[in-house]
Amino acid sequence: MLGAMLHEAWRAMGANRLRTLLTMLGMVIGVGAVVLMMAIGQGAQYAVAQTISSMGSNIFVVLSGYTSAGGVRSGSGNAPTLNVADANAIAELDGVDTVAPVHWGSVQMVYGPNNWNAWVQGTTPSYLDARSWPLADGAAFTDSDVRAATRVALIGRTVAQNLFGDESPVGKTFRIGQAPFVVLGVLAPKGQNLEGRDQDDLVVMPLTTAQRRVFGTPFQGSVRQILVKAASAEAMPAVEKSIEALLRQRHRLRDAADNDFTLRNLTAVADTAAETTRVMSLLLGAIASVSLLVGGIGIMNIMLVSVTERTREIGIRMAIGARERDILAQFLLEAIIISVIGCAIGLVLGVGGAALANQLAKMTVVVSGSSVLTAFAVAAGVGIFFGFYPAKKAARLDPIEALRYQ
Amino acid sequence: MAEAVIRIEALFKAYDTPAGPFPALKDVNLAILPGEFVAIMGPSGSGKSTFMNILGCLDRPSEGRYFLSGRNVAELGKDETAALRNRTIGFVFQGFNLLPRMTLADNVALPLVYSGIGHAERRERAQAMLDKVGLGSYADSLPSRISGGQQQRVAIARALTNRPSLILADEPTGNLDSHTSQEIMGVFRALNDEGITIVLITHENDIAAHAKRQVRFLDGRIVHDAPTQQHEAASC
Repeated sequence: MLGAMLHEAWRAMGANRLRTLLTMLGMVIGVGAVVLMMAIGQGAQYAVAQTISSMGSNIFVVLSGYTSAGGVRSGSGNAPTLNVADANAIAELDGVDTVAPVHWGSVQMVYGPNNWNAWVQGTTPSYLDARSWPLADGAAFTDSDVRAATRVALIGRTVAQNLFGDESPVGKTFRIGQAPFVVLGVLAPKGQNLEGRDQDDLVVMPLTTAQRRVFGTPFQGSVRQILVKAASAEAMPAVEKSIEALLRQRHRLRDAADNDFTLRNLTAVADTAAETTRVMSLLLGAIASVSLLVGGIGIMNIMLVSVTERTREIGIRMAIGARERDILAQFLLEAIIISVIGCAIGLVLGVGGAALANQLAKMTVVVSGSSVLTAFAVAAGVGIFFGFYPAKKAARLDPIEALRYQ
Repeated sequence: MAEAVIRIEALFKAYDTPAGPFPALKDVNLAILPGEFVAIMGPSGSGKSTFMNILGCLDRPSEGRYFLSGRNVAELGKDETAALRNRTIGFVFQGFNLLPRMTLADNVALPLVYSGIGHAERRERAQAMLDKVGLGSYADSLPSRISGGQQQRVAIARALTNRPSLILADEPTGNLDSHTSQEIMGVFRALNDEGITIVLITHENDIAAHAKRQVRFLDGRIVHDAPTQQHEAASC
């Protein structure tokens, strides 16, 4: 029975090939657009997720306060309000995974004929841990380097390229001013952060080295910021509160006084970026879905025409024993075949288009199995939904009227 | 006496029109026994087409009872009347009504599709029926390739393919020339000789003369019901 019905549906579609193809084209464009748009949207989400994970996850930054001299305020990170003891105290809090005190500034570095100005982060070995930053080459400095304030450094890829060119930097010595520094390792490249700043244009060295031998500090042990990594995303709100309470207590601030530090949650920035791309990808999908809807209406339109054209045929079939559901199934099957074949072609074109966008525009695209399955299910659903009314109309025809129809 | 193939008791049929109900059939009573060959005659508007639609289970009476092979059609659902049209009745139309895009074999096999019979058996039985009406070698042709008389033979083969006990033919020779008409009537007579009950609508006397019994309608009533004169004379 099904075999005979498939055969008949095929024959009916073949009887008016151009019309069948044009009807299919509506589905092809609809499904192709949905697949392509979903691939681009998911690609954007993937790219943002990559950038976010390069910043390190579940990270807080505590910046020291600002100085105020004669009404001129200096900006966060300049007053000596944070110190290593604060960092050690934060490390004892519940829900805190890693803490790294950071003292930073920029310096001019020289190696042979090359010189380069880069951002220096003086910190502890846990910094790399907090930012989930592996080394591409060499080894990290250790706690004993921090204690001894040795002149060693880890450099980012951008610094390595500008200072050392094609040479391997590990073991080489560069100068800051007259002081020599040995390169222990090269950091793995991270690319740009969300603000477009090159994260690889930096030098990481022991905190004490930066404090005593490079920048100097107004007070012994003071740092400009403390990097805090929470144990989990869920723990972050509680950790944020307890850091604030701890620091206020340690700095002996009265209830009415403002914080002499600033607490920033990098995850909030990341979440905003992720949410933005998610909305964009939903929007793309929604727009593409409209073309799928239009394709479905095209199917309905053609099926209605087909039912009218074949009224007499329906009457004959009913006279020789077709039941209502036989007629219904016949027309429904036709609509489903058109939409499923259209969907298959649309899938191929959509995936091809995504590959092309990737090749030509260097766009990150992600074609997921779930988006392909969704497109297929939606297409079959569109066939059933928009095919049902015409098919029902055919099945409800009065056989006497239908036989008389010319 | 064997049970009647068709038994109609006090049948009325009225159509709703803007001017009120129009009575198309009024108090029709008729019994047709197995093996009969009945011609239903009457001018247009006499109710014979309405009567035929009711006989074919395409329409329902307003009042009265209609038994087909002993079953009261009024009590049957849509699917059951579809099954009756499929297995108990074979239709032959004035305009042949073959499906133009299907081969002759597929046309003849179509009632079997709705009986749920498999492809191989459908093909075999369709071929046998086409052989029977003398068109076995055209099985894979399309209807447009053969003449009107041949198309009507194929339509008869289609009506016969599910082995019905009753053939209903509505002006089967209306679109054919007189020579071909006589040929087609010869086919019907041969089938009737095999024991198949045939009910035929016509308004032509020389066509009706092939039947064994003639029923004449006028204004929704049966006004004449008698064996065919010539036929009786011929058979004596």
